[in-house]
Amino acid sequence: MNPTVSAIPGFTGYVMVKLGNDLAYVGRKVRMIQLTSAKVFHMSTDSTVSSAGSQTTPIVKLTDVNKHYGPLHVLQNINLEVTKGEVVVVLGPSGSGKSTLCRTINRLETIDTGSIQIDGEVLPEEGKALANLRADVGMVFQSFNLFAHKSILENVTLGPIKVKGMKKAEATTLAISLLERVGVANQKDKLPAQLSGGQQQRVAIARALAMKPKVMLFDEPTSALDPEMINEVLDTMIGLAKEGMTMIVVTHEMGFARKAADRVIFMADGQIVEQATPEQFFTNPQSARAKDFLGKLITN
Amino acid sequence: MEKYLSLFTEYNIPAAFWVNIQLTFWAAIGALVLGTVLAMMRISPVRSFAAFGTGYVNIIRNTPLTIILLFGVLALYNQLGFTLSSDFDQNFFNLAVMGLAIYHAAFVCEAIRSGVNTVPVGQAEAARAIGLSFFPAAREVILPQAFRGSVVPLGNVLIALIKNSTVAAVSSVAIEASSVMKQMLEFESNLIIPIFATFAIGFVIIVIPVGVLTTWLSKKLAVAR
Ligand SMILES: Nc1ncnc2c1ncn2[C@@H]1O[C@H](COP(=O)(O)OP(=O)(O)O)[C@@H](O)[C@H]1O
Ligand SMILES: [Mg+2]
Repeated sequence: MNPTVSAIPGFTGYVMVKLGNDLAYVGRKVRMIQLTSAKVFHMSTDSTVSSAGSQTTPIVKLTDVNKHYGPLHVLQNINLEVTKGEVVVVLGPSGSGKSTLCRTINRLETIDTGSIQIDGEVLPEEGKALANLRADVGMVFQSFNLFAHKSILENVTLGPIKVKGMKKAEATTLAISLLERVGVANQKDKLPAQLSGGQQQRVAIARALAMKPKVMLFDEPTSALDPEMINEVLDTMIGLAKEGMTMIVVTHEMGFARKAADRVIFMADGQIVEQATPEQFFTNPQSARAKDFLGKLITN
Repeated sequence: MEKYLSLFTEYNIPAAFWVNIQLTFWAAIGALVLGTVLAMMRISPVRSFAAFGTGYVNIIRNTPLTIILLFGVLALYNQLGFTLSSDFDQNFFNLAVMGLAIYHAAFVCEAIRSGVNTVPVGQAEAARAIGLSFFPAAREVILPQAFRGSVVPLGNVLIALIKNSTVAAVSSVAIEASSVMKQMLEFESNLIIPIFATFAIGFVIIVIPVGVLTTWLSKKLAVAR
């Protein structure tokens, strides 16, 4: 049922068809539609989305981005647009610049030339404006990076309280609901080191979600995990994707790419070599580099 | 023996040590505040702040404490009339505290910076990624972990400060331990060894618990990773 609905131009998000009291997931990249009577669809009046048929502002837009580390040209003329609700998986061999790409999007790394826009706004150089825009970009790291001296609950409430000025009680309610959503609410008073890697990474996702970001960046979120914990994190991410979160995911988990990605980007030597749907990319890669990359995955 | 014990009635030795403890207490607070500010300057992204912090540490750390304390009394007070209290003795005490704080702040700064180095870079990145700017990130995430990681070096600075508080003798704090010892040695020439031993042991008794306490605290406060 997905293809016919998602083909409607100009819509982003998900089709939710109301059946009794259950909201059923129908397809992605389509705005929320409520079925109020047998044949009439009402569009939700979401002001951030322009009217049907016209182009929406991309949530993330990189234009001619270049970056060097000394002599190494680590990002070469990168152009990338990610629209609302889209899930982009970034693949590529180690050292191809995937992490650097992710890190430039919330300016943990600076760029040499080009521009990066988040929801139409150019990333500020520094200061309060940068901090504010960073809050719109959630980031999940390979090494979790939970605040080691703070409890799980405090890890999640810190951003809402200190960045958004939310009241402590309100932030706590929000944090607990997010921790419940990622399945670790019962650990809320522990310190990060007392949790398993998979639990820590799910807390890290909740911490990022607490800022209500417009886009979430994941840099190899499961690479530091023991195999038995990978799925609990991937399932959380698939859940997010289904709820319409805009996501850029660097991962080696091909299963996730097949299941959740709208688009696969293949990087090599600092360049975007190929972009395709997961189906196209995995069954019919175009470039020699991509064929080589996929070939090595299969033999491993 | 009787002669020795009479020293304790003739001279108020505990009061002398108490002056050093007070000097240490106030100077430690001053040095901790100033040292924390300097450490934040040194790790801040603002070049001029970082340069100021580096300059301060390199100059003050390599200047003898005696020179700093003498400057406070002879230059600031005698020549420029700078005072920190209208009370004559209190003024010298305060000048000594100021000099001790300025000097030890450089060491506190470096101790905290060594603590900052125990905090993985990912902690700062995560703080920035949720939208915290430099000060909230430093206050909420970096410094609390840095302090826990610098308990031992900070303890060493405190121990140095306790001992260095005797240098306050040069800034005319007359009743602290080394000044009292100086008087005693002048007047009780037949008891010089017991007098020395009394003051040496007195400082050992003060300093050893500080070392034990910081070792215990550093274990207790260590951040589990
Ligand atoms: N801070 C840095 N300084 C210098 N070189 C770096 C730095 N970070 C990454 N690199 C180099 O940039 C290249 C791309 O790195 P990265 O973006 O981490 O690749 P990937 O995530 O695809 O493995 C690598 O060759 C890496 O060695
Ligand atoms: Mg990487």
